[in-house]
Amino acid sequence: MKHDAEFLRHLYRRMTSIRLFEEKIGELFLGGELPGFVHLYIGEEAIAVGVCANLTDQDYITSTHRGHGHCIAKGAQVRPMMAEIFGKATGYCKGKGGSMHIADFSVGMLGANGVVGGGYNLAVGAALAAQMRKTGQVAVCFFGDGASNRGTFHEGINMAAAWKLPVIFVNENNQWASTTPYRTTTAIEDIADRAKAYGIPGVVCDGNDVFSVIETAKAAVERARAGDGPTLIEAKTYRIKGHFVGDPEMYRTKAEVQKHLDENDPLKNFANKVIAAKLLKQADLDAIRDEVAREIEQAVGEARQAPYPDESELFADLYVEGVK
Amino acid sequence: MREISFSEATLEAMAEEMERDERVFVMGEDIARQGGIFGQFKGLPQKFGTDRVRDTPISETAIVGAGVGAALAGMRPVVDMHFADFITVCMDEVVNQMAKIRYMFGGQCTVPVVLRAPDGIIRSAAAQHSQTLESWFLHVPGLKVVIPSNPADAKGLLKSAIRSDDPVLYFEHKALFPTKGPVPEGEHLVPIGKANIVRPGSDVTIVSYSMMLHRTVEAAAQLAERGIEAEIIDLRTISPIDFETINASLAKTHRLLIVHEAVKTGGVGAEIAARVAEENLDLLDAPIVRLGAPYVPIPFSPNLEKFVKITADDVTLAASKLCE
Ligand SMILES: Cc1ncc(C[n+]2csc(CCOP(=O)(O)OP(=O)(O)O)c2C)c(N)n1
Repeated sequence: MKHDAEFLRHLYRRMTSIRLFEEKIGELFLGGELPGFVHLYIGEEAIAVGVCANLTDQDYITSTHRGHGHCIAKGAQVRPMMAEIFGKATGYCKGKGGSMHIADFSVGMLGANGVVGGGYNLAVGAALAAQMRKTGQVAVCFFGDGASNRGTFHEGINMAAAWKLPVIFVNENNQWASTTPYRTTTAIEDIADRAKAYGIPGVVCDGNDVFSVIETAKAAVERARAGDGPTLIEAKTYRIKGHFVGDPEMYRTKAEVQKHLDENDPLKNFANKVIAAKLLKQADLDAIRDEVAREIEQAVGEARQAPYPDESELFADLYVEGVK
Repeated sequence: MREISFSEATLEAMAEEMERDERVFVMGEDIARQGGIFGQFKGLPQKFGTDRVRDTPISETAIVGAGVGAALAGMRPVVDMHFADFITVCMDEVVNQMAKIRYMFGGQCTVPVVLRAPDGIIRSAAAQHSQTLESWFLHVPGLKVVIPSNPADAKGLLKSAIRSDDPVLYFEHKALFPTKGPVPEGEHLVPIGKANIVRPGSDVTIVSYSMMLHRTVEAAAQLAERGIEAEIIDLRTISPIDFETINASLAKTHRLLIVHEAVKTGGVGAEIAARVAEENLDLLDAPIVRLGAPYVPIPFSPNLEKFVKITADDVTLAASKLCE
């Protein structure tokens, strides 16, 4: 493993932030404190963090309905995220977006999306802008296995490939689309195989291993920056939690979930590897975890105290040039 | 003033705006090599290159989605829809993404996209190539909708649309492209949201736009012969509707007729009638009358097609009855 300790700490901090943030969100939601729906990213942390480790704040990402992990991985702050999920005025979107529509344009996070498959072409467009302006930026589109069956997948990848746009399509194959197993809706084993149809590379990586994701995404990002066009990455993982918080999960057994948790938890995988390689100590990891936990507690405290948006905000930001 | 065609007027607007601002570019099907189906992009690729005047795959979701993504990343895209009918293919991109992103994200971004959508009945183009769909978008907060009736407005509204930081749907009637009229050279802006009093009158207010505006002007001449002075308002912007101008006119005429080519049911006329009835019933001396297409898809046979079109005689008859 050739990564330095500082970088490894960064990876662990981001992955742990996602894990603890999400565990807290689940708890708060079940406690009745959060409006709307929330979809948890637990178990998929290595993908967002591994991909974003290759990006800067100038690069773009588009996200999904399961977007908290993408936000944190791209560098969004947990405090305004938490406030947004509470529907408070201090949230990233002033309480108008909620869990499924968080964005942080200051770090190139162009938004979660309530529409499955809605993000492909926004990423393609951001990449088009980067190409036209010759800025060297890249755009990454995260999407699920279910989303890979939307028509927008075909249109977006084809157009990006034809124009050699600097965009990377990252499929998070967590085996489930709501209650439906991947294999019952899709005849092929690997979504990455579809790349062939668009004349671009398609690669599979272990989505439970942040190092596998980093390496795979690195090649794709380099290819995009060099002007050689898109890559389709399929990161194999598993959705550990229900589709949404409160999902009774009638469609699978607890044993199936436990098996994946025992064998493939990306945080445990990471800890085992870096400790075995003597790059970090358990104490380093514990310290990071404590620090993150405190930050999240603080975010919750602040979000609880924060004001709700005032009625006078109802029409704000609908148009730039005001209209009622 | 020199006279040029509607399509030349839009071409001039495009060229001036592309000259003025290098972030402006245009994409769509068959616009570069062919110059657009109605000649509305002729010569632009020679002037600005096929990078900024680009032919796309037949992928409406990708084209509009990428337009939105490019706008989020700082460009000012103009997207040609080929035929307005095909907006239905990318309703998600228009309704769920383009219109809402700014609001949902708490004003973090602007979405300066223009969709150019050639609409309206041309000879026997039939049910899937003849529609006027503007009323659908009146129903979506976050969009602005403009619809010029003459070359000067076509130029001025397109320039304003391109400069607007809000997403704008720009409908242009296919049958109007070859029509000529005086158009100011150089800088000429028509403000979005401002209706135009085309003909002052005291007996009845006729609100119309696009192709039907011409039928109302013909009708006004016939009406004048019968001693009825019609005040004609060209709406020019469908969203937001300029009720100030409509109400000021009703304060003089006390009679309202609304004329559009689109289906009467659920049309722009329905909205105007309802708003006036709700808020300004006391201005009226007679019930509001609406003229619009009957509730059928546009038929192919010329013999049937003529029954869905509103003629000047229809307008004259309706206005005469209203003034009895
Ligand atoms: C266009 C659209 N269709 C359906 C839905 C409802 N829906 C939300 S999430 C989801 C499953 C998505 O599965 P996948 O893309 O695999 O992502 P995952 O939830 O596994 O992360 C569905 C069907 C939606 N939001 N948008």
